[in-house]
Amino acid sequence: MTLATRERRLGWGLMAPALAWTLAFFVLPFAAMVALSFAHMDGRSIVRGFDPGNYIRFFTDWTLFKALVNSLEITAVVTVVSLVLAYPLAAIIAFRVPARWQRLALLLAVLPFWTSYVVRSYSWLLVLGQNGVVNKALLWAGVIAEPLALSASRTATVIGFVHFFVMLLTLTIYANLIQLSPNYARAAQDLGAGRIATFWHVILPLTLPGVVTGAFLTFVLCIGDYITPQILGGNTELTLPQLIMLQLGRSGNFPLASALSVVLMAVVTLAYAASARWLRLDRL
Amino acid sequence: MTAPVSIQAISQTYGTARALDAVSLDIAAGEFIVLLGPSGCGKTTLLTLIGGFAEPTAGRILIGGRDMAGIAPKDRPTTTVFQDYALFPHMTLADNVAFGLRMRGMARPARMDRAAEILALVGLEGRGNRRPHELSGGQRQRVALARALAVEPDVLLLDEPLGALDLKLRRQMQDELKAIQRRVGTTFIHVTHDQEEAMAIADRIVVMNAGRIEDAAPPAEVYLRPKSLFTASFMGEVNLIPVQGGQSPLGPLVTGNGTLMIRPEAIGVTDGPADTLPLGPARLIDVTFFGTYQRARLAPLAAPGMTLTAHLPQSATLAPGTEMALFASAHSFLEATP
Amino acid sequence: MRVLIWAYMAAAYAFIFLPVLVLVVFSFQDGRLPVPPFQGFTLRWYGSVLGNAKLMSALGNSLLVAVVSSSLALILGFLAAHALARVRLPGSVLLRGLLIAPMTVSYLIIALGLLTVFNQTGVRLSLWTAGIGHVVINLPLCFAITYAAMGDQQRSAERAARDLGASDWQVLVHVSAPMLAPALAAAFFLSVTFSWDEFIIAFLLTRFDVTLPVEIWSMLRSGLSPATNAVGALVFLVSTALVVVLELTLFRKAKP
Repeated sequence: MTLATRERRLGWGLMAPALAWTLAFFVLPFAAMVALSFAHMDGRSIVRGFDPGNYIRFFTDWTLFKALVNSLEITAVVTVVSLVLAYPLAAIIAFRVPARWQRLALLLAVLPFWTSYVVRSYSWLLVLGQNGVVNKALLWAGVIAEPLALSASRTATVIGFVHFFVMLLTLTIYANLIQLSPNYARAAQDLGAGRIATFWHVILPLTLPGVVTGAFLTFVLCIGDYITPQILGGNTELTLPQLIMLQLGRSGNFPLASALSVVLMAVVTLAYAASARWLRLDRL
Repeated sequence: MTAPVSIQAISQTYGTARALDAVSLDIAAGEFIVLLGPSGCGKTTLLTLIGGFAEPTAGRILIGGRDMAGIAPKDRPTTTVFQDYALFPHMTLADNVAFGLRMRGMARPARMDRAAEILALVGLEGRGNRRPHELSGGQRQRVALARALAVEPDVLLLDEPLGALDLKLRRQMQDELKAIQRRVGTTFIHVTHDQEEAMAIADRIVVMNAGRIEDAAPPAEVYLRPKSLFTASFMGEVNLIPVQGGQSPLGPLVTGNGTLMIRPEAIGVTDGPADTLPLGPARLIDVTFFGTYQRARLAPLAAPGMTLTAHLPQSATLAPGTEMALFASAHSFLEATP
Repeated sequence: MRVLIWAYMAAAYAFIFLPVLVLVVFSFQDGRLPVPPFQGFTLRWYGSVLGNAKLMSALGNSLLVAVVSSSLALILGFLAAHALARVRLPGSVLLRGLLIAPMTVSYLIIALGLLTVFNQTGVRLSLWTAGIGHVVINLPLCFAITYAAMGDQQRSAERAARDLGASDWQVLVHVSAPMLAPALAAAFFLSVTFSWDEFIIAFLLTRFDVTLPVEIWSMLRSGLSPATNAVGALVFLVSTALVVVLELTLFRKAKP
């Protein structure tokens, strides 16, 4: 046995458990789900076969397709707003806060991460609800006469999401900013660039991979999340994950749920393809 | 364009650490100055203060007679070649070089012409469309130089610009740097810890140690007649012989109290002109062949505990244990003891 | 400009802390609803939460699932990373992509896929099935973190160890793992956090024994209650304490 063969055999040996796990519990289930998406329901029993009916139904039935539109709209708004809010915060922490306080500032900025995700959405309900903190404060201050309908709406969903993703993006953008050599900004200023020109021509382009990676992460997590819209969104509109859960729960329509999941997966894949050029998933 | 620089009693403290201690230095317009010293001696701090990236704790810096206090880097007549080059990786070489001109509002065609011109000056003609990551270390260094020169600064600051290059390339770039400086006539202030590099390019070497200037003179003078023991050791190998009341371990050599400094290449086995100093007999401990010379370690018979280092000719036949009489063809004396 | 910057920072922190603050304050509410006005201070909600057997067993389940699934994910991820970093395997780019892939897929899809397979094969849902799902989501994370940490220095040290007569397993145990200790610890604690807080997989893949997020979810169905605040506040305090301890011990040393 040559050294190379021995090495390769060892490599496969080390690789095998993870590979087997991923194939058995990720690839196979995904394949099974895709297969199931081409089945249909007959009463309460599943009829297997190759029937694109679920997909046809999704693209022709507005009540189903609307869920995708809602999800895309919410995700787009959340991604943009979170980026716009998080970038300045990350930049302030990276460039304005003294070095020895930066770790603390960052730790504080993501502190609410450490409460349960479910509870975090719930606590926005306390803030935004009919009798919530915001309404009570505004009523007390006399700004409004009637409580605002903040909760149980798309606004509440977006606020809940933005809260979470501002924390996440502050982390990723900060990590990007801090590893830039300070000499880039110095070189730009040295050559006559003001603050804004330095940011626009040098800092922003250099952090673009990090920003795109963060945006992609936000997109994936946001469009696939069930909890936040379920708790904060009320019953006025459904997002795609809510629609999927609805199929599982009430009607036990696994084939339709699978087809909707494949659609969700396809949307994420498209987003990946669109941003792949700048993505640095291995450098999170 | 060029301008003189006057550094007047500059101090810089970080917390309790004193990086610069009342440093004063006058630099003539068009001079090639090298700030030389070990890491932590304050040379980079001084460069940073001239470039305007930090404010000194005390003192003034004048460039072309104008006080630089409170003037931002972008408004100073200086540009910097950074140690890591800090080339903008998302821009082409031409865009990098033209960046300063763009910030000054020069139209694109004009600044691209100028960038091409400067890239040609540093030996990169026709490569304006490449990106930094496609270049070798030496080429990046040239682009960084071109970018800093493009805005025609009065003073160019170079922070160990050759530090990342291998030895051969470094020697080659030294010659080019010197030639370019001659051509543009700009005042160059160059920081390094490599004394050979300093001697190769400087009009004047400023030796720094622990936040102070130890010496400031042309290379030959700094090397041959150093003003401090630190400079003597830092500029190259040296034999230091203590002298007390005209008496040294080797016998009476010079008058006064202090240290006699003799470079290894100044020690030989033949007597010479009147100013040659006889060091007495010594026994050869060992010898190593170095190509252009043989490095010999010798124990003087008068002081067997002492070791002298001499660079003897390539052709000499040397056997350890041999005794020989030593002479110093050049020496300098300093009223200081190690 | 300076005022604007600090004002922005203050506003951002206020936004980030507002819900947590409201959560904690109204967990002490002496009344039925955790909304203003604040009617007085009480600890009784904490008492009822700590005395709630279902919540406490869910807490235990969560810890169990988190630690077991994270350990497994870490071992699998570390071995795979070691294989890919050390041995030149054919199609290594593809293998890396395959191992990372679950990171880009929504948890809901992973859960639904597993549910489909478990239903078809008649595997009964339990903490084990949820644990399997958690390994799937944490394996890419552990793999990516350890793989990124394996540099040239690591490779030379492993070579030196083999040169000095260590067997493959001895290299792994005595050289690779200790050198990667900070990365391994980071991967493990991140995995524990993700598993601990994961809802949708645990919701779809458990039946009778559930994890804490699922139990909290069922508490929410009965509407707003200071008891839910108390659970959230407890989780927050315990996690924060853990983070502070880790920050002061483990990661302080990891810094250069």
